[in-house]
Amino acid sequence: MKPASSTRIVGNPLIPYVFLIPACVVLATFVLYPALKAIYLSFTNFNMIRQAEFVGFANYLNVWRDPFFWAALKNTLLYMVVVVPVLVIAPIFLAALVNKHIPGITFIRAAIYLPVITSLVISGLIWKWVYEEQGILNYVLLASGLTTDPVAFLTDPANALYSVMAVTIWSGMGYYMVIYLAGLQSIPRHLYEVAEVEGVSAWQQMIHITIPLLRPSIAVVTVMSSIAAMKVFEEVYVMTQGGPMDSTKTLVYYLYESAFSEFEMGYASAIGVVLFLLTLVFSLINLRFLREKA
Amino acid sequence: MKKPSLRSVLPLLFRYVAIMIVLLFTVGPFLWLLSTSLKSAGENIFAYPPMFVPQQPTLDNFFRVVESQPFFVYLKNSALVAALSVALNLLLASLAAYPLARIPFTGRAVLFIVLLSSMMIPFQLLMIPVYELAISLGLQNTYLGLVLPHACTAFGIFFMRQAFLSVPAAIEEAAIMDGVSRLRIWWFVMLPLVKPSLATLAVFSFIAVWGDFLWPLIIIDQPSLFTLPLGVNRLASTFSLDWRLVAAGAVFSIIPILLFFTFTQRYFIEGAMKGAVKG
Repeated sequence: MKPASSTRIVGNPLIPYVFLIPACVVLATFVLYPALKAIYLSFTNFNMIRQAEFVGFANYLNVWRDPFFWAALKNTLLYMVVVVPVLVIAPIFLAALVNKHIPGITFIRAAIYLPVITSLVISGLIWKWVYEEQGILNYVLLASGLTTDPVAFLTDPANALYSVMAVTIWSGMGYYMVIYLAGLQSIPRHLYEVAEVEGVSAWQQMIHITIPLLRPSIAVVTVMSSIAAMKVFEEVYVMTQGGPMDSTKTLVYYLYESAFSEFEMGYASAIGVVLFLLTLVFSLINLRFLREKA
Repeated sequence: MKKPSLRSVLPLLFRYVAIMIVLLFTVGPFLWLLSTSLKSAGENIFAYPPMFVPQQPTLDNFFRVVESQPFFVYLKNSALVAALSVALNLLLASLAAYPLARIPFTGRAVLFIVLLSSMMIPFQLLMIPVYELAISLGLQNTYLGLVLPHACTAFGIFFMRQAFLSVPAAIEEAAIMDGVSRLRIWWFVMLPLVKPSLATLAVFSFIAVWGDFLWPLIIIDQPSLFTLPLGVNRLASTFSLDWRLVAAGAVFSIIPILLFFTFTQRYFIEGAMKGAVKG
């Protein structure tokens, strides 16, 4: 046995880097380098065929002048305005609903989580079938007298974007519910016991105890759901392909189309940079806003 | 025994009614899909009022789907790509996370910030250069091409770092005293202690890769390399008029992930909690 004192060392100073190299090589190749390359490409007219030529800010100017870009941006912002509040608020009530050890609760939680593990392509197809003109949802609406004519969920430009939003909400609810469930565990039980004794109603408990104490989880969910809403793609691809009349063309769908249908890689990269900046700004605003209020 | 009073049962009843309404919304569409997939060709799937239970349930649609398209190949591809990606994710993330959590070194703070900011970059920005890179490396239509962009995430590294930070320092110090190398400490001492976190990371990366659509859509155009989402998408565009078949294909692709979920459920609930709140 060696004496302990002599081996109490920092060891070879290169050891930490040996551990880090594999991950760093992969991330540098598939994240860092592509990120810088995307910024570079956004200043070129690259289209996969010809050599990329430097074109200055031409792509950004074209983005600025492009009515399709503004329409897509409007759709994406509308998407966020509707989807984010629903995904931030509804799962709180959902979590409160299943945060009790009643018979069957494990199964119930799993069933609510089911849409989360389903790939978005499948979710999109399921809902396309539910939304059929002669489909199940229209039957329910007609039979209950909520509408007199079948609703054209995906074929009417006035409805399509909202119909797609519902799928994003459906797919995300369970995930955010679980985050809130975790948050609920950290709220001391005795607060509710005291409230109970004082005769505070369940609704008042929700407003005055649960929601204020869930603020850290609410911040996380707000940021995550904003980013998710900003990046929506699969639902649109499967259900509407951006139509009818471009009414569901979101920013990412437009980016995909510019890059892989039009092969305007330089232009698409400029849209990508704008998307990145928007993501960044939204995350910072959200975090700052929610921190200040906390 | 005292009979439970109405006052104590009513809130519970109310809770179950609310839960039933929620389940109708979350599970209802799946059941409708399943019902459609089991309906025979003779049955009108647009019947009014709709038939919730198939009149003559049949597995015909499933056989027709498997005959017309290589769904078992898609399944194999999905499983292979997911398994490889998960293995690489666990290995690379836990390797990189160890020094970040436990060994001071020059440049740690800088590396930390670079990793953190890389989490902010959306894949949609990266996909054009990654596509170009993958083509120049000959990765188009290969398993490696599907796997490599998923092989490591900054999120995974942070998640594992958090796990290593929670291991008491005394355990590791004892091993260092005995002159055990860092690599052996990592493998024999640290990894066994963070098994639950490894399982959670495995489950989450599995779901992410399994459901991924955009990257396979770009990099794969040979049906023999399609993953399930691509396969179902192809099925839907080929048989857009026969919803029985589309439904059968969708059900086929849900079953494996449903089984996986059944056996790993507790990691989802525990993991989403840890990952979201701390990560």
